[in-house]
Amino acid sequence: MIPAAFDYHCPKSLDEAVGLLARYGDGAKVLSGGMSLLPVLKLRLGSFAHLVDIGRISGLDYIKEDGGFLKIGAVTRQATLERSELIRSKCAVLADAVPLIADPLVRNRGTIGGNVANGDPGNDQPAIMLALGATFIVRGNKGERTIAANQFYTGFFTTALAPDDILTEIRIPLPPARSGGAYVKLKRKVGDFAAAAAAVQLTLDAKGAVERCAIALTNAGPTPLEAADAARSLIGKMPDDKSIAEASHLAAAKSAPSADRRGSVEYKREMARVMVARALHKAVERAGGR
Amino acid sequence: MAKHKISVTVNGSAREAEVESRLLLVHFLRETLRLTGTHIGCDTSHCGACTVLLDGEPVKSCTVLAVQADGAKVTTVEGLEQGGKLHPVQEGFTEKHGLQCGYCTPGMMMTSVALLERNKNPSEQEIRQAIAGNLCRCTGYVNIVKAVQYAAEKVR
Repeated sequence: MIPAAFDYHCPKSLDEAVGLLARYGDGAKVLSGGMSLLPVLKLRLGSFAHLVDIGRISGLDYIKEDGGFLKIGAVTRQATLERSELIRSKCAVLADAVPLIADPLVRNRGTIGGNVANGDPGNDQPAIMLALGATFIVRGNKGERTIAANQFYTGFFTTALAPDDILTEIRIPLPPARSGGAYVKLKRKVGDFAAAAAAVQLTLDAKGAVERCAIALTNAGPTPLEAADAARSLIGKMPDDKSIAEASHLAAAKSAPSADRRGSVEYKREMARVMVARALHKAVERAGGR
Repeated sequence: MAKHKISVTVNGSAREAEVESRLLLVHFLRETLRLTGTHIGCDTSHCGACTVLLDGEPVKSCTVLAVQADGAKVTTVEGLEQGGKLHPVQEGFTEKHGLQCGYCTPGMMMTSVALLERNKNPSEQEIRQAIAGNLCRCTGYVNIVKAVQYAAEKVR
């Protein structure tokens, strides 16, 4: 399969890239790893007259701890995250998720920036960004700005990014002591999107009760979905089988999946419940609870 | 639409060409350079038949633009044999009957070569995880795993 013709641009700096996007407007698309965009172009599900490759701009490929944040450059490849000791030790929810994304060959090209910025509710990292309370650093025509993950996903494949915006960095607040996170995903086979998946990040107080909690779902609606009521139901409670079961029911009730080859609405909602319960148990255990 | 002049080091030799933006790396290899050892399977980045090494990392060349490989080193299955001697991975696939129809084999071998570069003593599970993006519809993977284990022993 051959994509419709386009012009490829290879800017060497962010300013140059933003300038190209501003010039070509809706006709241009940012190319990062290309693992979502190139299939779209090949299948002719979409076409753009101009691709602006940000893969050769230096200084966008990093994972670092800085000022209470984990900072990840947008073009950092999934394979790099998978091998990162910093991710393993500081961000269990991401460490859980990365090996479950696509397959090893795709992870050698695919980037975290592409995964979160594409707006695909089937991608795994958007729900994780919601659970972690991440913020996105965006460079546009008028300079740099910050968008909170929970303000970013505005609709199906639609985000708060303007056509001339480039996501440059993902900033994840490092959690306090007694925190734990987990990502649990059900998929039919390697390379598939989730039938259901849940991201959890929580903090326990000195007595072991839940002090902070966030729960988000992948592929459970037109956008990645935060299950705020479910998370709130746990606050102040001991995270035992009963409270976790309650929270996972609330999260499933919030999910709005559509039926496809991965299952019916009822099945997916039930699996969302199971994924949330498992992720909560795992996160509690990692936070040192029980 | 503008054409791009690209320089790619393919199997150790510098190759230059003028390519359209939309030319895929797999078509550059197969049609421009006539290196047809790299196969096109599903053409939708699922099967891994088109796997080549791009700067040492296995990637699906049906989902990389040729212009994205400008300045890079590409290794295809044709680059494995050195001076008439098969690469240990090629030897392993021969000795352990790691193929039946052979369609997935070039991609499967490129992924295996990259695995052994990183890990000379992979467990069975590590081998199976590494080749998770390469589909084989004939062998059930048992002999492929044996072929990689054979090669691992050779390179150690």
